[in-house]
Amino acid sequence: MQRQNSFKYESQRLASWYFTVAVILFGAQLLLGLVAAVQFIYPSFLYDVLDFSVARMIHINALVVWMVYAIIGSVYYLLPEETGIETVGIGIAKILFWVLTIAVAIVVLVFLFIQIGPAKTSTIWFINEGREYLEAPRWADIGIVVVVVGFVVNTFLTAIKGRRTGVITVILADLIALAGLYLAGMFYTDNIAMDQYWWWWVIHLWVEATWEVLVGAFAAYALIKIVGAKRQIVEMWLWIEVAMLFGSGILGLGHHYFWIGTPEYWWEIGALFSSLEPVPLIGMFVHVLYDWGKDKGERMGEGEEDVTSNNTPALVWLVINGFGNFLGAGVWGFFHTLPQVNIYTHGTQFTAAHGHLAFFGAYATILIAMFYMAIQGKNGIKKLRATFASKMAIFLLSFGMLGMTVALTIAGYEQVMIERAQLGGTWSAYFVAQNEVWMAQAMDWRFFMGIVMTIGFIYLVKDLWTIGRNPQNVY
Amino acid sequence: MSKRKVSVWTDNRFWQRSAAWVTGVAAVLLIWLTFDTMGQIRMGNQKDIDAHIDKRVPSPTVINYKIGYKMNAKRGLEVPTIGGSDANGNSLFTVKQKFFGRDNYTQKEADALVNLGKLGEQSKNCMDCHTLLGNGGYYAPDLTKAWLDPAWGKNGPMQAITGTHSRAEAMATFLQHPGRYPMHARRMPNLHITAREAKGLVAFLKQMATIDTNGFPRGFGKIKEANYAETK
Repeated sequence: MQRQNSFKYESQRLASWYFTVAVILFGAQLLLGLVAAVQFIYPSFLYDVLDFSVARMIHINALVVWMVYAIIGSVYYLLPEETGIETVGIGIAKILFWVLTIAVAIVVLVFLFIQIGPAKTSTIWFINEGREYLEAPRWADIGIVVVVVGFVVNTFLTAIKGRRTGVITVILADLIALAGLYLAGMFYTDNIAMDQYWWWWVIHLWVEATWEVLVGAFAAYALIKIVGAKRQIVEMWLWIEVAMLFGSGILGLGHHYFWIGTPEYWWEIGALFSSLEPVPLIGMFVHVLYDWGKDKGERMGEGEEDVTSNNTPALVWLVINGFGNFLGAGVWGFFHTLPQVNIYTHGTQFTAAHGHLAFFGAYATILIAMFYMAIQGKNGIKKLRATFASKMAIFLLSFGMLGMTVALTIAGYEQVMIERAQLGGTWSAYFVAQNEVWMAQAMDWRFFMGIVMTIGFIYLVKDLWTIGRNPQNVY
Repeated sequence: MSKRKVSVWTDNRFWQRSAAWVTGVAAVLLIWLTFDTMGQIRMGNQKDIDAHIDKRVPSPTVINYKIGYKMNAKRGLEVPTIGGSDANGNSLFTVKQKFFGRDNYTQKEADALVNLGKLGEQSKNCMDCHTLLGNGGYYAPDLTKAWLDPAWGKNGPMQAITGTHSRAEAMATFLQHPGRYPMHARRMPNLHITAREAKGLVAFLKQMATIDTNGFPRGFGKIKEANYAETK
């Protein structure tokens, strides 16, 4: 079905392709997450067919890849509006989209049906690299790097030719760092300590540094667009955020180096800098609310009648992002970032609780806000109002994730106390803790909350599909 | 632009430069620390063991020795010990232990075994169920000190269940047919691990247990009531 298309730039059309794949992968993430959640309750479910390791691998890789797709889409979406010109090399950009998508599809099929290989270098090259989050085989790594380099070059050339705003400058610098960091995960070593040292360069410096900066940049762009915040003020905030995020996040990397064979000085460095990581997140939350209220107040003072934002669902997701980022990444991260605590919590369900709420609060939320902005742009809508489905998606996804996090936190607490503190962390200690009724209950609740989120996701998809076409929601 | 005096605190240029400086300084510090850490976590070799030098990541030839995990008086935390230990928890580098019937693996043989094990660990995707050095999935036990786990010891159940007489053989037998020896309702799947791969994996696990993890996991296997007590 051909729908009318009000995109002003081809770059934004390309963005909508990236967003579409992102939503599909988001669905895959939820589905495989449910499989893994069921396996915690009924361990024989799909045993030797689609084992937990495979379900979880696709669960976490779909997560990373949908977010990368949504990030690339967001940049292609805002790039022409910020620079004032069409993206340079848009034809190549479209080809790269298909290259990446075909590569991702092949990797997913291999993960699903081949899963593992013999203990040989060829397995690492063609089947599975077996390093959590970086399971993609080496050929795909190289493909990803080629595509991302193309994307960065597109962005760079466009920014040089067009208007260079603060938002674009931040994104450019950040993308170069982000792409370069991926290389740190592309080598083999027989030394597991060395392996994990560089593995964290990719994982941590992506999600606790460069991705957070992108969130700041996207939020700045969205605030300018949605509530009409003043660029100069928003960009000043953005630079302060960059200073604080990188100032704490880069050396905050040390909190992953407490127990992997690395020297003891990482205790102090990791504890200090990672404890500072929540500070910019508080700032970002205050910033969103402050700008929203200030601009509304200013316009009311000027006697303007209609002072609502021009995109309610996007704004609500943006506010949830501000709070979710602080709560999931900041509070839940700080819970277990000190080595004195982490020696017991490291590698327990505590980490899972933090991981779930942080990825959702910090990234899923703002990327969903970007989806809604693209819907608005695609349909040329002046003001987009939230529908019943938008509200259900907001409520069920957020509530489901919060509930899941609480369940996992309780499971983590129980595991820390019984397996680690009381019984000393052996195999039998592990299983004693896993058999505890508190663990079992928490896993039931986690599964239930996963269902809640999945229903929320269905509402989200329905809403993204229909909201722009229904004149009732537009005014 | 008006000539109004603007405070430096509301000047975008100032904050842009601050961001660049802060990022630059943090990055330089990280790179400097990385050089230091790289030196400290480089894998050792047999010469270190012969010279009684503690390495954070010891030589693969540790598979020839008896391994422990003892409270170290000087450091105040548990540290892996190689070849026996003195009263203060320092390695003696003398007591050997047979690994699949041998305690004379050369550097080359041991390196090859650990390398095979590491390749196997990645190829079989162990890390999406287990944690290694505490990182990975939370569906199965942590493998950091798996080699030292009392479950595989003389008084643990696994040697009897697998019909073997050493830790190494019990682990290797289990890895090849995990479905046959269920330890829990959550069974490990059949990963088509060959006898050769299993030997490599066990060597890798034994070497990993000797990595100095700054006392993680704390009190591993020390709570006698909770485990199959090892009689000394």
